[in-house]
Amino acid sequence: MRNVVAAILLAGGALALLPLVGLPLFYESFLYLVFHWIVLATSWNILSGYSGYFSFGHGAFFGAGMYTTAVLATRYDIPFLLTLPAAALVALLLGVALGAVVFRVKRVRGELFALATLAFTFVVGTIVLNTPIDGGPGIALSGVAVPALGRSAASSFYLLALALGVGTLIIAYAVYGSKLGTGLFAIHDDEDVAEVLGVPTFRYKMAAFAISCALAGVAGGLHALFVSYVTVSETFSITVPLSVVLMSVLGGTRHWAGPAVGAALITGLLYAFTAGDHALAGKVVFGVVLIVVILFMPDGVLGRFTARRQRHRRIPKITLAEESLSALPRMPRAATGEPLLVARGVRKAFRGVQALDGVDLEVRRGEILGLIGPNGSGKSTFINLVSGHYRSDAGTLLFESRDIARRDAHLIARAGIARTYQIPRPFAHMSVQDNIALPAMFGAAALDRSPALSEARRWLAFTGLSTQVDAFPEDLNLHQRKFLELARALASRPRLLLLDEVLSGLTPGEINDAVDLIRAIRDDGATIVFVEHVMRAVMALSDRLVVLDHGIVIAEGNVTTVMDHPDVVTAFLGRACA
Amino acid sequence: MPSVALLSQSVLSGVFLGALYGLLGLGLSLSWGLLRQINLAHFALAFLGAYLCYQLSAKGGMNPLATLAVIVPAFFVLGAAMQWVFARFRVSAFNSLLVTFGLTVIIESVIQGIWTADFRRLDSVYGDAKFKIGILYVPVPELITLGLSLALAFAIWAILRYTDMGRALRATAEDGPIAAAFGVNQKALGLLLAGTCAALAGVAGVCIALSYTLAPAQIYAWIGVVFATVMLGGLGRALGPIVAGIVIGVSESLTMAITSPAWAPLVSFSLLILVLLLRPGKI
Repeated sequence: MRNVVAAILLAGGALALLPLVGLPLFYESFLYLVFHWIVLATSWNILSGYSGYFSFGHGAFFGAGMYTTAVLATRYDIPFLLTLPAAALVALLLGVALGAVVFRVKRVRGELFALATLAFTFVVGTIVLNTPIDGGPGIALSGVAVPALGRSAASSFYLLALALGVGTLIIAYAVYGSKLGTGLFAIHDDEDVAEVLGVPTFRYKMAAFAISCALAGVAGGLHALFVSYVTVSETFSITVPLSVVLMSVLGGTRHWAGPAVGAALITGLLYAFTAGDHALAGKVVFGVVLIVVILFMPDGVLGRFTARRQRHRRIPKITLAEESLSALPRMPRAATGEPLLVARGVRKAFRGVQALDGVDLEVRRGEILGLIGPNGSGKSTFINLVSGHYRSDAGTLLFESRDIARRDAHLIARAGIARTYQIPRPFAHMSVQDNIALPAMFGAAALDRSPALSEARRWLAFTGLSTQVDAFPEDLNLHQRKFLELARALASRPRLLLLDEVLSGLTPGEINDAVDLIRAIRDDGATIVFVEHVMRAVMALSDRLVVLDHGIVIAEGNVTTVMDHPDVVTAFLGRACA
Repeated sequence: MPSVALLSQSVLSGVFLGALYGLLGLGLSLSWGLLRQINLAHFALAFLGAYLCYQLSAKGGMNPLATLAVIVPAFFVLGAAMQWVFARFRVSAFNSLLVTFGLTVIIESVIQGIWTADFRRLDSVYGDAKFKIGILYVPVPELITLGLSLALAFAIWAILRYTDMGRALRATAEDGPIAAAFGVNQKALGLLLAGTCAALAGVAGVCIALSYTLAPAQIYAWIGVVFATVMLGGLGRALGPIVAGIVIGVSESLTMAITSPAWAPLVSFSLLILVLLLRPGKI
């Protein structure tokens, strides 16, 4: 961490000396543009590259910064450098206002988010054009004094853009390695799962958007003086968003330095090929280079590098002797009997299908509760409600005496509830180890990154996946994915563990292993709700059974009495025909 | 408040403008929804078509509509060739944006190299031809655009809905591997569809040449509003873009008539944002 920041600062310091060498002024302007685009592309990537919310609205925030500086410097005679924080603030507020609306609507993701932000750009542009902010003719900044940092105006611009570029790269790197960055990458792969594992998705998206917009705003403020004449049609166009997307994808959006590499490449290429006598031929060459690079390097220039870097982080191989249940971390043992989770009158309907029709049940501390019932009886819906994946229509869910029925999923995870998904939903672009470290960071345990990584290794050992630490989910078979799902739920150190058909699709031998694992988990203090169709395992593991049918509880009690209950027999086997 | 005549005239011109948005959006929507490609080059192709139409009719003496006989097959081959490359390299949706941007830059340069950066205007037999119905003036070139848009949208809608090929296309869009397992030849369908989309760009180009002044930089002028049309109309749908295009076109020209032309984008894009936020599932 320190090394990279030091390297960025050092490189920045070295580049700051360039004007002293006596470069022709022209090159300083060119270098200004390089850093201008580095700032814009890198700031865009902090939200869009990391979290996968591709914004086409970067021009709006860039433009907000431009116009803030233009208006303040020309009409209120505020010194240029003091307008830059204001530019950042205006852009940030605009972004936060947009995010507060857009991020609340769950379906506005992917293309729809791209479109909403693009449309927002044109709306902002139209308002600026038609109000006294601009009014039509544009704003000229020719009378505004350029701060004398270098020997000429061009040097000053270059030095300012360089400083901003260095700052932006350090911020991008800090976010990349932080908890925020980890959360954003999880949102990129599967936002719903990230939320259920404890990532405060709304807050993280807002934070990333705010940082991204503020940086774009400063870049805009600086550029306003550089171009010295600001117009709506040049500012709020498709050029800025399109360019930053191109640069970031070219460099690689999954790496903090990717957009900077892409920005330098594209600005340099455009200059090299379009300056001089053969501008038109140069443009063609530019197009061809872009196409060829993307066809042969689909993950961007740094794409290969990110994949290799992740695989590089080899850890010493754990020997088989260590791969035993003894690896299980100790959890506080709790007295059994008192209720941990109490559901009262829980209802949930999906467009007229009443999935849960007033469920009352109790999960007692320290027990394994088997939740069974025919297909469509509401077992998975119940798990989805308790984990906060869906919100219930009515009823209360008291977990340790607090109602969690209306809470956000990430708060439920933090309160100590973890779940597995029936069909494993690993984060596809994260290594197995990172997949498991994430809930350790965001769940009830709330560890920092490096303890979370060692915690992950312990749970990998516990589930027998130690040899797969650096593998990616696509390399795993079904059995390993199921165990990855289990390890991910365990790593958050839940007090209540919801297992949704962890055994389906496994071979009899694998089921035996899993049954031993689940028993070991319970013996160490976790309470387990166990949804399963494999009756052998249900009978072997459950302390008590609850049977659901058509969204209501039809029987509850110890295993043998429940299985002999006439309603249960009817629900599973049908009515006797005589 | 403007007069009834002015308002109804602007509704009509909004419908005509919207028809062109819809025609441009149609090809874009099909390749985005069914091939998962965001084809920026669609706009460049349309302008290439427009310039070809200009060349063939202004210099070659052909009837502008007759140039379709040359442009449509040529563009079909071009589109299919592009798709062959995309399929060969398995280009992802966002990378397709980059590749087609590169292509756009190349086409723009080629256009500029051949026809220069100056404005070009096609003086055709249709030119300023118009007739009057009641209080409304109906310009002929725009009417041709509207007719072509509606005819093509309905034809493609019918193909997608009622033919086996259309069903196979929709199935492939929903789940490619499964569709392939049931015997759908993805590769051939992809070539066919991409060819069709490029041909649609060619038709849109002829329509642009009939009504608008041409310049290479104009390629980028249409992107924002046509993207909005495509999203509003729904990806991979045939009738959606036309309807959405007309909604946007009419709202734009009404705003121009009631307030000032500069406010026009506000209405259409606010409308779009509202639809996105309130009914995201319907898009």
